Amino acid sequence: MFDFLDSGQYDLLGAFWVTAQLALYSAIGSLVWGTVLTAMRVSPVPLMRGFGTAYVNVVRNTPLTVVIVACSFVLDQTLAITLGGEDFKETGFRLAVLGLTAYTGTFVCEALRSGINTVPAGQAEAARALGMSFTQVLTAIVLPQAFRAAVTPLANVIIALTKNTTVAAAIGAAEAALLMREMIENEAQALFTVFALFAFGFIVLTLPTGLILGWAAKRLAVKR
Amino acid sequence: MSEVSASKDHEDAPRSQADLVVLSGVNKHFGALHVLQDIDLTIGRGEVVVVIGPSGSGKSTLCRTINRLETIDEGTITIDGKPLPAEGRELARLRSDVGMVFQSFNLFAHKTVLENVMLGQIKVRRTEKKAAETKARALLERVGVAAQAEKYPAQLSGGQQQRVAIARALAMGPKVMLFDEPTSALDPEMINEVLEVMQQLAREGMTMVVVTHEMGFARSAADRVVFMADGRIIEQATPEEFFSNPRSDRAKDFLSKILHH
Repeated sequence: MFDFLDSGQYDLLGAFWVTAQLALYSAIGSLVWGTVLTAMRVSPVPLMRGFGTAYVNVVRNTPLTVVIVACSFVLDQTLAITLGGEDFKETGFRLAVLGLTAYTGTFVCEALRSGINTVPAGQAEAARALGMSFTQVLTAIVLPQAFRAAVTPLANVIIALTKNTTVAAAIGAAEAALLMREMIENEAQALFTVFALFAFGFIVLTLPTGLILGWAAKRLAVKR
Repeated sequence: MSEVSASKDHEDAPRSQADLVVLSGVNKHFGALHVLQDIDLTIGRGEVVVVIGPSGSGKSTLCRTINRLETIDEGTITIDGKPLPAEGRELARLRSDVGMVFQSFNLFAHKTVLENVMLGQIKVRRTEKKAAETKARALLERVGVAAQAEKYPAQLSGGQQQRVAIARALAMGPKVMLFDEPTSALDPEMINEVLEVMQQLAREGMTMVVVTHEMGFARSAADRVVFMADGRIIEQATPEEFFSNPRSDRAKDFLSKILHH
């Protein structure tokens, strides 16, 4: 059943390794970008709030394929902003990380904002009464508690992100979905096996993510 | 409005060196509700002022305007001769000189008791960690919760949490302490331990504004009682005078309701 894998023609582990890297870099990127967006959306400066709100609502409601393909066609091919990749696949990988970060950051932002809503107003008030600045109140008091409350929705976002990496195949990043397409073409006789193989591969990536973050959510919960 | 207004003429008189907090002509609305109406109040250095009155009379709001947790629509508030800045760094600096104790304690839930008392010193006063910890432990000792230093707020009783909150405010070395109904969320048996800490502070000469329903505390610790109703200051007097011989009907009515049962 798996004999077509023995040919050495397909680098299955290599493809999933690229998927895992895509997910990891994009997760880090979107957590950072999402936090920045959150800070903008709760900031007292109207311009920042306006930008944050507009960005989240535009990007969140744009299909990921459009975001990623736009990264490739607009940034790379039209504006020649190449992000320094050495070859086509490397360039595709970097652009995919950028697109996934830009897109997933909006979901991180909204998960964090729901986390902020669980922090009683008195916490920020007490911090302000001590003389802390807006940035200090946010970084020392509100966000740490918001993150702890948002671990479960953030786990959802990370799992969705891991599966969304498949869209990167559209711009030639050498990840799992690209290999799957190739296998489907070449190994039509083993169609179900190929599907099962890739489904299993993604479960291997996402199930532990969910379990670890589920455990972390309980562990980190703020007792009130 | 004013059957008594001890501070009525303060705008004409030169500002006394002793005046620490001065509110004049303060007005505030919550939508259609006029919560603070022409408030004139002067608090001297080292004075303990207790604000009492029926709920909804605006006393908590009054307390919160003094460090601008509530903004005001009209009037001026000065602290130590400086007008309250609108926002930004100046306001933060001023707030660091005004200690605040809340009804619901508001200890930082994700920090230990010790960290709660250290945080303001480190972030705002830029104190070194070592010095901040020494001071924090000394203050926790003073309010009687030194043994709980490594615990989280949720592991403490309400009375202990409120005493930590007082230590947290004191760590900033405030010029004045605001207490917004500090014992209202406490079980009866814990009220005294908090009041004792406050009594001690009062004896040590701390300037205090205390919004409370604890008439015993008002009698024993206050230099002056301010009675508020419907957003106005109705009467202010020494505790002996106020409790034995209230002049306004509103105050007589209020006292008869709370004292006779």
